[in-house]
Amino acid sequence: MLLPAGRMPAPARSFILALALTGAAAPPAGAQAAQQAPAAQQAPAAQQDSAAPPAAPTPSETRIGLIYRVQPQPSSYDAEAAPEDEGVAGARMGIADNNTTGRFTKQSYALDEAPLTEGGPGAVETARALVAKGTPYIVLALPADEVLAVADALKDTDAVIFNAAAPDDRLRGADCRKNLFHVVPSRAMQTDALAQYLTLMRWRKLFLIVGPNEADRLYAEALKNSARKFGLKISAEKPWTFGPLAKARGDTPTRAEAMVFTRGLDYDMAIVADEAGDWGDYVPYRTVDPRPVGGTQGLVATTWSPVLETWGAAQAQNRFRRLAGRLMRPLDYQVWTSVRIVGNAATVRKTTDPAALAPFLIDPDFNVPAYKGVSLSFRPWDRQLRQPLIVVQPKMLVSVAPEQGFLHQRTPLDTLGIDLPETACKLK
Amino acid sequence: MDRCVTAVLGLAALGSAALIGLTEGAAAYTVYVSNEKANTVSVIDTDTMAVTATWKVGRRPRGITVRPDGKEVFVCASDDDRIDVLDAATGKVVRSLRSGPDPEQFILDASGNPLYVANEDDSQVTVIDIEKNRVLAEVPVGVEPEGMGLSPDGKVLVNTSETTNMAHFIDTKTFQVIDNVLVDARPRFAEFTTDGKFLWVSAEVGGTVSVIDVASRRVVKKITFKIPSVNDEAIQPVGVRITKDGSKAFVALGPANRVAVIDARTYEVQKYLPVGQRVWQLAFTPDQKLLFSTNGTSNDVSVIDVAAEKVVKSIPVGLLPWGVAVSPQ
Repeated sequence: MLLPAGRMPAPARSFILALALTGAAAPPAGAQAAQQAPAAQQAPAAQQDSAAPPAAPTPSETRIGLIYRVQPQPSSYDAEAAPEDEGVAGARMGIADNNTTGRFTKQSYALDEAPLTEGGPGAVETARALVAKGTPYIVLALPADEVLAVADALKDTDAVIFNAAAPDDRLRGADCRKNLFHVVPSRAMQTDALAQYLTLMRWRKLFLIVGPNEADRLYAEALKNSARKFGLKISAEKPWTFGPLAKARGDTPTRAEAMVFTRGLDYDMAIVADEAGDWGDYVPYRTVDPRPVGGTQGLVATTWSPVLETWGAAQAQNRFRRLAGRLMRPLDYQVWTSVRIVGNAATVRKTTDPAALAPFLIDPDFNVPAYKGVSLSFRPWDRQLRQPLIVVQPKMLVSVAPEQGFLHQRTPLDTLGIDLPETACKLK
Repeated sequence: MDRCVTAVLGLAALGSAALIGLTEGAAAYTVYVSNEKANTVSVIDTDTMAVTATWKVGRRPRGITVRPDGKEVFVCASDDDRIDVLDAATGKVVRSLRSGPDPEQFILDASGNPLYVANEDDSQVTVIDIEKNRVLAEVPVGVEPEGMGLSPDGKVLVNTSETTNMAHFIDTKTFQVIDNVLVDARPRFAEFTTDGKFLWVSAEVGGTVSVIDVASRRVVKKITFKIPSVNDEAIQPVGVRITKDGSKAFVALGPANRVAVIDARTYEVQKYLPVGQRVWQLAFTPDQKLLFSTNGTSNDVSVIDVAAEKVVKSIPVGLLPWGVAVSPQ
C-alpha cells in the first residue's frame, strides 16, 4: 500500500489511511465477522459429556464457570469455521493470567468448562449445578433467552453472571438484571461505533440489506437508531432473499439475480445485517455500483481482531496463540475479559467473595485494562462494560470508536450504546 | 536561580541558534534509538543533532542500553527471543545473549554486569551474566512484565507487570520477590530517585504515576495529569526520568504527545512540553543537559533542553521508535 504520508500531521495521516483502506477494499471473508450470533449457531454437538464436575475445590480456590455450546463442525472444508474451543480458550488464558497475578496475592483460580450438549442438561440446570458445588462466577457464551433464564434462576444466590456473547439490547434495557454483567458490547454500541466512523468519513447515505433472522432484524433496528443519532440516512433498505450464498461459497447462477437488486440505488455504503454470517461476505465487490460494504461483515465494529496489535494487544495475541494454537477471536477476548474482571476486582479488593465483588464492579473505582488503551468499566445503570470498539476490516484496523470529537460529559466511551437518560433498564 | 532560568529560556527562544549555544562546550554524546518496526537502531550525534548511522538488529527491537564503558550497545530483539550486543564502534552485532523469550526491557547493573531482563510473554525476569552469557536466575513475576528499575545501590530490582498491575520488588542477592505493590492499570516504567528512597512507577492505562516509599513499600503519592484540550483517556504515562539532584522529573504521556515536567519534591506538575506523537521512552545525556524522547507514531525523537524545559529539536529516525539510550561518554 502506497502511503505518501510521511510528513503529515497525525489526523491527516490517519484520515488518509482510513480512506485508502476502506475505499480500496471491502475485504473478503471476515475472520471476526461471524461471532455475534450464537442464537443462529446453536446446534447439537455431541463431542463431550456435559460439565463433568471436577475434584472438590480447595478452600482458597476461586472457581469460574463457562457455559457454552460447542459449535457444530462444518460438513466439509470451511476456512472460516468457528473453532471447537471458541471462547473456552479465552477462559483458559484468563484463568492462567489470574493465577500468575494470584501467586502474589495468594489467590488461585480454576475453570469449570461446561459445554451444553444435545440431550444433556440445559443452561439453567448446568448453572444451578455449578453454583451448588461452589462456583460463584458464571460466564455465559449463550443466546439472550438462555442468558436471561440463567440470571433469573440464580437471582437468589450470590452468583455473578457475565454475558460474553449476547449483544441484545433488551438485556441492557427492559430485561436487565442486577446479577448480570455484559462484557460483550450491545448491538447499539456496535452500530454506534460504525455510525461514528461513517459520520467522520461523511458517508451519509446507507443501503441497508437485512437478513431473514430475528438477530438480523435487531441489528438493522440498532443501525437505524444509530443513523438517527448521528445524522446518517437510510436511503434504501431491502431484505436478503437469496439464501446463504457466502456459506455456500459457490459462484452460482443466482449471482446475477442476487446483485441486480443493488441497481439503481443512491447510496454511499452498503450495510449488511447478517449476524449468522450466511451471506454478508458475498456482497463486497458484487454490488452494481462500486461501494464499500460494512455492518456484520466487511467493515465491522467489534471487540477484537487478529490484526489488532496496539495497546499491548500483540502480547495477548502471542500468549493466546501459544496457548490455543490458533488466532484469538472476539468471543475468546470477551470471555478472557470476563475472567480478568473477576481477577482484577479480587486483586484490588483482596477478596474473592462474590457478595463483596459484585457491588465493587459498578463502583467508580473499578476498572479493568484490556488492551484498548483505556480502562474499561461498567455502566452502573445497565451493567454494560463501557469499552472502545475497533472498526476493522479482515486485514487491518481502520479506526477506533469513540472517534475523536464525539464528546460526552462522563466519558467519550458513553457515546456508544444506550445512555443513562434513554435506558429502559430499571434495576431493583 | 530564577534569573538563570529566565536567561536560558530567552536563549532557547532563539531556536536552533540557542541549541548550538547550549550544546557548545558540552561533551558530545551518542544517542541510540531502537526502531520497533524497522528492526534498526538509529545513531544520533549530539554535536550535530543528526542521525549518523542506522544499524540492522534483530526483530522488534525495544529495550536498549549501553555498557558503562560505552563500548557495547544492548538491544532486546523481542521477536527473536534474544538480546543483540552491538559493537558501538562498528554497529555490528558481535554476539547475542540468552535472554529467555520475548525480552522487552532490561536494566544493566551499574558495574556493567549482570543484566536484568523482563520477558514480556513469559511472566518472568531473567538475570544474565553478560560476560559468561549464562542465565543466573529466572524470577517469576506477574503477567506481561515490562518496567525495570534498579536501586542506586543495586540491591533491589523492581519489575512492573502490565496486566497484573504490580511493582515486584526483587532482592538481587537471592533473586526472590520480597514484596509486591499494587499500582494503577498497566504499569510501564519504574525509576528510582538517586537517593534510593522513592520509586516512581507510571501506569499507562491508569493515567497516573505512583510514588512509592521504598522502605515501607507504600504508595505515598499518586500524580495525575490534566491537559486542556486533551482527552483524559489520551494521557498515558510511560517513560519516567528524574534528575540526579532530585529536583525535576519528566514523564512521557504517550498519545497526549506531551512530556510532563514535574517538581520532584512537591510532585506538582509544572508544565507540559509538546513533543512528537505517542511519546514513550526518555533518556538524559550523562550531563543531564538534554533529554531525548521517542515518538512512535511520528517516527522521530524530540530533544528537550532540561534547564530551559523546552523542546529544541526533533530528529527523524526509523519506523516506530521505541527505546532510547545515551552513551556514558
